[in-house]
Amino acid sequence: MTAVADVVAPDTRKAGRGLYRAGVILLCAWVIIPLYLLFVNTMSSPDTVNSFPKSFIPEFNMGSLEFFMGFQGMLRALWNSVVVALMTMVMSIAIGAPAGYALSRFDFRGKELFRLLILLTRAFPLPLLALPLAVLFIRTGLDDTAFGLALVHTTLAIPFAVLITFSLFSGIPLELEEAAWTLGCTRLTAFTKVILPLVLPGITASAIFAFVISWNEVFAAAVLTIENRTLPAFLLQTLGEAPLHLKFAGGFILVVPALIFIFAVRKYLFAMWGIANR
Amino acid sequence: MAEIQIKNVAKNFGSYQALHDINLTIADQEFMVLLGASGCGKSTLLRIIAGLETATTGEIWIGGRRVDHLSPKDRGISMVFQNYAVFPHLTVFENIGFGLRMQKLPDDEVKRRVERTAGLMHIEQLLKRYSGELSGGQRQRVAVARALAMEPDVILMDEPLSNLDALLRMEMRAELKGVLAESKTTAIYVTHDQVEAMSMADRISVMHQGKIVQAATPIEVYRDPAAEFVASFIGNPPMNFLPAEAAGSGRWTVAGQNLDGPANGKDLKWAIRPEDLRIADQGFGARAKVVEPLGAHLLVTCDVDGHQFRAVLDSELSVKPGDVLTLAPQEGRGRWFDPETTLAVA
Repeated sequence: MTAVADVVAPDTRKAGRGLYRAGVILLCAWVIIPLYLLFVNTMSSPDTVNSFPKSFIPEFNMGSLEFFMGFQGMLRALWNSVVVALMTMVMSIAIGAPAGYALSRFDFRGKELFRLLILLTRAFPLPLLALPLAVLFIRTGLDDTAFGLALVHTTLAIPFAVLITFSLFSGIPLELEEAAWTLGCTRLTAFTKVILPLVLPGITASAIFAFVISWNEVFAAAVLTIENRTLPAFLLQTLGEAPLHLKFAGGFILVVPALIFIFAVRKYLFAMWGIANR
Repeated sequence: MAEIQIKNVAKNFGSYQALHDINLTIADQEFMVLLGASGCGKSTLLRIIAGLETATTGEIWIGGRRVDHLSPKDRGISMVFQNYAVFPHLTVFENIGFGLRMQKLPDDEVKRRVERTAGLMHIEQLLKRYSGELSGGQRQRVAVARALAMEPDVILMDEPLSNLDALLRMEMRAELKGVLAESKTTAIYVTHDQVEAMSMADRISVMHQGKIVQAATPIEVYRDPAAEFVASFIGNPPMNFLPAEAAGSGRWTVAGQNLDGPANGKDLKWAIRPEDLRIADQGFGARAKVVEPLGAHLLVTCDVDGHQFRAVLDSELSVKPGDVLTLAPQEGRGRWFDPETTLAVA
C-alpha cells in the first residue's frame, strides 16, 4: 500500500516547458541571426566582407557604410525614400484617422462590409494594378514623382491606419465626449480637447507604421519611378552588379529604421488585431 | 428660475418605441428622480433633456426657453455620468475647471470656482492628481464637482452612484442631497435603486415600458401607488395582492374576509404592504412557508388562500414554517386595483 503512494507521476510539465523554451529560442534565432550577420558585415571593412573565412565579431569599421553613402545616387535615393514615406505618413493619417473615428462612433449602413473591404484592398495584388497605374500616372504626369509614389503607398497604408485608429477611438468611452459636449464643447472642440490628447500616442504609432510601410515598399517604387527612385527600388536595381559590402550596408540601412519604428509601436499593432488592449 | 417642461416627448429607435408621449413638469429647484427598471426609458429621457439624444417628437423647455433644437452646451445643463467620465489626461483641477475654461472665464475666477466646488465635495487635497490615481468614490466626487462648478440651471445625473459599493453609496447619497439642496439647482436624477429614489427625491417619476406611471412625492408613491406596477416595484418586499369579490355595494370579500372598499361594479384586486400586517385574533389565515429572520424584523412568506403573501413581523415572534398565523391588515392601509387597467381604484 505505502509503496504505491510513493510512486511519483512523471512531471509532464517539464517536457512541455522544454518544448516551449526550444520554440522560443528557435523563433528568436530565426529573426536575430540574419539581423546579426547583416550587422556584422555592415560594420566590417569592404575587404573583410569580401574575404573568407568570415568573422562573427563586428570590427566596427565604417568602411562599408562610407562606401555605401558615397555610391552614386544612393543619398538621393535615401532622400527620396524619406520624402515619400513622410508624405505617405501624413496622407494616410489625414484620410485614415477620420475613417477610423467614423467607424468607431457612428452607425451606418454597410459598416461591417466597409471594414471587411478595407482589409480586402490588401488582398488585391499590386502587380495586377501596376500597368494601368503606370499608364494613368504617365498621362497625368504623376509618374516618377515622389507625390505619385506616395499616393500609391498611401493606399497601401490606409487600411492599417483605419484599423489602428478605429481600435484607438473605440477604446475611448463615448461618455468622455458626451461629458465634453455638456461642458460647453462642440463636436470639434470635444475632439481636439479630449479625444485627440488621448489618442495622440496611438496616432503617432499609426503614422510611424505608415512610414514603415512606405519605407519597405519596393514593387510600386520600382515600377512607377525611374529617376526618383526610393532606396529599396534603387537597391533592387543595383543589386545585381553591386559589390557584396554595398548590399549588406544597403540592407542594413533599410532594415534598421523599420525595425526600430516597429519595435516602438508594437503594442498598438497588437491592439489593431484585438490581441491586447492598451 | 429653471423649470423644466417635457411636452409630448416620444422616442423611437427604429421600430422600437422607447418613450411614449411623456409629459412632465419639474419645478424650479426640485429634485426629481426618474425611477424604473433597466430598459424603461429613464436614461433615454434624461439624455433627451441633455441633448445627447434627439426626441422623435415633442418639446423640451428649460427655464421658459425651448431647447430641444439646441446642442447640449447651449441648454444650461450639466451632467454627471454613470462611469464618471473624468478626463484621464487632465488633473482634477483641470477637470473641474474644464467647462469654465470653455466659457473663457479669467484664471482667478476659474480658480475660485474650482476651489469652492472642490471644497463642497471634500476633494481639495486631490486637485493635482489625475483620474488614474483616484478611487471610484473620489472620481464620482470630481464628476459632481465638475458639474456643479458650471453653476448650471439644471443638473442631470445618470445613475451616478451605481458603481460605488453599498456603504459609500449611502454616504454619497446623503452628501449629494445636501450639496444639491444648497446649490439651488433643479436636479433630475436617474436610478433603478428605489432606496436612492425614496431617500433623495422631492418627487419620483416611476417609469415603466417608456411611460411615466406615476409622478408624486416618495411617500405618495409608497402609500398610494397609482398602478399595480408601482405597488409591486416600490417597497422591499413589494405589496401583497389578493383577488377581491364584490359582496354588495362597497362590500368586498377577500380570502374569506369581509372588507369595506370602493363602490365598484366589477371584481378588483386588494393590496397591502407586508409591513402593514400584524398578528391578531381575527384576520387572514396564513400558513407560513419560509421564515427569514432579518434582525430588525421577521420576514414571513405565507400562503393565503393559494396566493403568496408576505408579512413583516416583530423579530421577537417565534414562527416556524408550517405555522398558521392570523394576520390582520392595519386600518386604512389596504389599496384597490382594477385588474383590467391595473390602475388604482379609490
